[in-house]
Amino acid sequence: MQVLYGRHHVRVFRFGLRLVRDEQIAQDLISEVFLDVWRQAGKFEGRSAVTTWLLAITRFKALSALRRRKDGELDDEAANAIEDTSDDPEIAVAKKDTGAALRKCLSALSAEHREIVDLVYYHEKSVEEVAEIVGIPENTVKTRLFYARKKLAELLKAAGVERGWP
Amino acid sequence: MMALSKKMLEEEPSEIEMLLPWHAAGTLNARDARRVEEALARDPELSRQYAVIREEYAETISLNETLGAPSTRAMQKLFAAIDAEPARHPSILSNLSFRFSGFFASLSPRTLAWSASLGALVLVAQAGVIGAVLTKDQGPALASINMDEPETITRDLAGSVGQPPRAFVRFAPEARMADINALLDSYKASIVGATGGMFRLQFGDKAMSKDEVAGLMSKLRGEKIVSLAEPQ
Repeated sequence: MQVLYGRHHVRVFRFGLRLVRDEQIAQDLISEVFLDVWRQAGKFEGRSAVTTWLLAITRFKALSALRRRKDGELDDEAANAIEDTSDDPEIAVAKKDTGAALRKCLSALSAEHREIVDLVYYHEKSVEEVAEIVGIPENTVKTRLFYARKKLAELLKAAGVERGWP
Repeated sequence: MMALSKKMLEEEPSEIEMLLPWHAAGTLNARDARRVEEALARDPELSRQYAVIREEYAETISLNETLGAPSTRAMQKLFAAIDAEPARHPSILSNLSFRFSGFFASLSPRTLAWSASLGALVLVAQAGVIGAVLTKDQGPALASINMDEPETITRDLAGSVGQPPRAFVRFAPEARMADINALLDSYKASIVGATGGMFRLQFGDKAMSKDEVAGLMSKLRGEKIVSLAEPQ
C-alpha cells in the first residue's frame, strides 16, 4: 500500500487540488481516495491503468466534497489562496511574461475545462482513459478539450495575448 | 489544406485537429500518431496550432508542478484509518500495486523518454519510498502492511532456478507506453527490474524448458518495439 501511495499521492493531490481549489480539502481527499483503494482493491480488475482508476476515484471524491460545501465557499478568494499567486494576465503580458499569462488563464478555466486540460496535458491520459475517468464518450472528450482550448485562447486574447490560434 | 483547417476552426474541428493535444502529450497510439504527423507535415496552419498546443502543454505542467505535494499528515491520517479497518488479506493490494499497468501508469511518456536512466530512477524511487516508510516510526497498521510489500519486491528481484524465465529487454526508442503495455500483456510478462535502459522481464508464472525459452526469445526479438532481448 505504501508503495502505491508513494508513487501516486502527489498526482492524486494535485488533481484533487485543481478540482476543489482548497488545499485542506485536497489533503483530506488523498486519505479518502487511498482508503477507498484499500477497501476496494479486490474489485480492481486491471482493465485500466491504476492511475486511471485512482484519478476516477479522486474526481468522484472531489465532486462529492464540492457538493458538501456551500456554493459561497468556493469563491475566487479561496481559489487565489492556493493557486497561482502570479500577476493578472494583463500585468503578465505587460511584463512580457506570456507563460505566466497562460498559467493564469489556465487557472481561470471552468472546472470542467480545467479537469480535461490537466488530465490530457499533465496526467497524460489517452482519449479512452479520460473518457473512463470523466464518464463521458470519447468523442465528447475530444470536443471538450478543443473547446477548453478555444476558451483559453479567448481568455488570453482578452488579456492581450495573441498566439495565432484560433 | 490551409484553407480547409481555417474553415474548420470557424466550424467544427477536424478529427486530426482534435487529436493534436494527445500528440503533444505522446499518448496517441502509433496509427493516430502517424496520421497526425502526416497532417502536420502537409498543413502549416495545423503546425501553427500544434506549436500553440505545445506551449499550453508546457505551461499546464509548469502550473501543476507549482502545486507542491501534500503534507505527511495525509499519510498519517490514511494509515491511521487503515489501522482502524478490519483485518484483510494483504495479497490483494500486492496484486494491485505490482500490475504492469500500474507500473507503467506511474511513468509518464515524459519519463519514458528518459529511457537510459528510467530503470535506475524507478528502482531508486521505489527503494526510497520503501526505505523512508520502513525507517519511519511505524504504527501497527503500517507494520502489518510492510509485511507484504517489501517481501514482494525482494521475491521479485531475487530470481532462482525453477522460476519462470527472465530476460533483459531493451525497447526501441520509438516504442510507446501503450505498445509496451500491450507487449507485456501478450507475453504475460512483468517487469521485475531495470538497469541502464534495459528492463528485466519475467514471463508467466511457470518454469520453461530450454527450448521453450529459446522460442520465447526468438519471438521476442522479432517484435518491432524490441531492440534487444537476452535470457537471464
